[in-house]
Amino acid sequence: MMRRIISVLLENEAGALSRVIGLFAQRNYNIETLTVAPTEDETLSRLTLTTSASDSQIEQITKQLNKLIEVVKLVDLTEGEHVERELMLVKVKASGAQRAEVKRTADIFRGQIVDVTNTAYTIQLTGTSGKLDAFLSALTDAIVLEVVRSGVSGLSRGEKILSV
Amino acid sequence: MIRCLQEENVDHVFGYPGGTVLHIYDALFKQNRLKHILVRHEQAATHMADGYARSTGRPGVVLVTSGPGATNAITGIATAYMDSIPMVVISGQVQSHLIGSDSFQETDMVGISRPIVKHSFLVKNAKDIPEVIKKAFYIATSGRPGPVVVDIPKDITNPTDLVEYEYPKQLTMRSYSPATKGHTGQIKKAISMLLESQRPVIYSGGGVVLGGASKELRELVHILGYPITSTLMGLGAFPGTDPQFLGMLGMHGNYEANMAMHHCDVLLAIGARFDDRVTNSLSKFCPHAEIIHIDIDPASISKNVMVDVPIVGPVKSVLTDMVSILRDKLKKSKAGPSEHISEWLDQIQGWRNVDCLAVTPHKDGQTIMPQQVVQAVYKVTGGTSFVTSDVGQHQMFAAQYYPFDEPRKWINSGGLGTMGFGLPAAMGVQTAFPDEVVTCITGEGSIQMNIQELSTCAQYGLPVKIVNINNGTLGMVKQWQDMQYEGRHSESYMQSLPDFVALVEAYGHVGFKIEVLDELEPVLEEAYAIKNKLVFLDIHVDPHEHVYPMHIAPNGSMRDMWLKKGVRT
Repeated sequence: MMRRIISVLLENEAGALSRVIGLFAQRNYNIETLTVAPTEDETLSRLTLTTSASDSQIEQITKQLNKLIEVVKLVDLTEGEHVERELMLVKVKASGAQRAEVKRTADIFRGQIVDVTNTAYTIQLTGTSGKLDAFLSALTDAIVLEVVRSGVSGLSRGEKILSV
Repeated sequence: MIRCLQEENVDHVFGYPGGTVLHIYDALFKQNRLKHILVRHEQAATHMADGYARSTGRPGVVLVTSGPGATNAITGIATAYMDSIPMVVISGQVQSHLIGSDSFQETDMVGISRPIVKHSFLVKNAKDIPEVIKKAFYIATSGRPGPVVVDIPKDITNPTDLVEYEYPKQLTMRSYSPATKGHTGQIKKAISMLLESQRPVIYSGGGVVLGGASKELRELVHILGYPITSTLMGLGAFPGTDPQFLGMLGMHGNYEANMAMHHCDVLLAIGARFDDRVTNSLSKFCPHAEIIHIDIDPASISKNVMVDVPIVGPVKSVLTDMVSILRDKLKKSKAGPSEHISEWLDQIQGWRNVDCLAVTPHKDGQTIMPQQVVQAVYKVTGGTSFVTSDVGQHQMFAAQYYPFDEPRKWINSGGLGTMGFGLPAAMGVQTAFPDEVVTCITGEGSIQMNIQELSTCAQYGLPVKIVNINNGTLGMVKQWQDMQYEGRHSESYMQSLPDFVALVEAYGHVGFKIEVLDELEPVLEEAYAIKNKLVFLDIHVDPHEHVYPMHIAPNGSMRDMWLKKGVRT
């Protein structure tokens, strides 16, 4: 089993997303993260999902996705060199001595504090999923109030592009 | 909407009216090019359209209302989906402004049908109707065919809202382009493998029937002289009476077909999908074989079984290419391609000699065995009838004992296994071919799942011949309970069966009851001589008979079979 990032160009139509998600449920594939938004061409959405699958499973997943009428093109980014990023917002209890400690940890990870109250910081962090996980582990002594993650987005490195 | 259906040359629509489709039904009333068949339950409309499609190769068209009309159609849509049958289902929807408000007869049809359609549309503007219908028919019939749902809110079909009408002549869909030709390099490689093989087998499936490639298949197989077996869905694509034919393969396949599969060194799979009812344990499937697989659907290739030479393309075009390459190659050699495999053919003949389908008559001499019913139907119809079936023991007996020589004559629900399919499917076939003999082989369990359609048969004068193999039990369930549950027949007996003869007579049809062997053939002769009426034959058979051969599962290979009660390979 390997972690895969599949990036899909989808017709920007009502119901297209539900077909993709339905396919995963129906065929017993798992989705770990999912993110979708329109592209610079408003008739297309770009959907990125991560899943864990073996080589033969990933072949089936991509073939089945390609069969969906609204899927225009797709690529398994993990097949080649690629850049991937995920955005995370973390709300942490920050009072007393902890306030400085949380700030220091955020600085080490190049996080930004985007909201402040007397008792809490909201920290924004961008990076690979592994980096975000590491930041959360580093916060062990702090009290994490809330975490929200965007799911993974990615592009192939170099000249290679996914387009119609 | 009706004009669009006319543009697609639709001649029959199977359906049932209701609130949200009344505008469409009113338009239907005002024309006479399209004929509508009014069913008694929407499930039957989908099976009728399905039988129509399977027998003609043209898409079946269904029209139902929203809510319960739509949900009743679901089983038939799933049946068509599993067997890749082209079908367009138009379902009414509540008015656009009521969608999402739990209004009367509202259901999310696009949502409910999503996993069992090739594609679906929710029409949002009246001006979109022509393009949506054009796309629906194109998607349903091209590539690997399948059902397409068009859900249309009532206000969109309001006749007082006039819109410009233009039916699109051509379609371009950037995200949908089915393969049109197989890869020549792969095809050449496949031919070389076949010619070098010592123990080749050809395994053909429903894709050959759907792809209209029966003629090309026959040509290829006859040039090669190799043995060929077929799936349940592929029967008739290659003649069932041809000496090269090994019979059906799989769970209830012939001994010689399953043995040949297990021992082959090169397997050519054509339009078949390595279903679990064919392969038995995947880990033990064809252990010595290199596999070539031709299919229009790339997702079918290496889904269950890893394939060595995949060829994605329409079977008709790929087989045509194979035949021409093969002819070129054979010009150069003197020996026929099957001359070097005589040892293999002898081995297969040995397996054939086991005669796995031999029928033992009942020892009392008069109790009818179910296999004898199918044999008698074959004899009386001269093997040329369209035969539809329901699901269960009778379906397997029909597949085993009625060798089909032509494609599209054998019509059954192979993938989904839908009881209640047989009668409405036969009605769809009879609608398309009013002058042909159409037989529905069924059982007393299955027939009761859509028996209300006897009324539709009366309304449209459909002279279907219904052969009810009545063993008083859900035979296939009972067989499994006998074999795997120490004979505990949990809920597999049908009590309070109707007097079928009286029942069909109440609808104005003809009924016969047959209980002894001596009457079987004469009464069948009499029944088939009645050309213009539906005849129901209630044939009482030995309730203890099992279907054999039968794969031994779990963990068995294709060669592990029960050959009769207590006798295994």
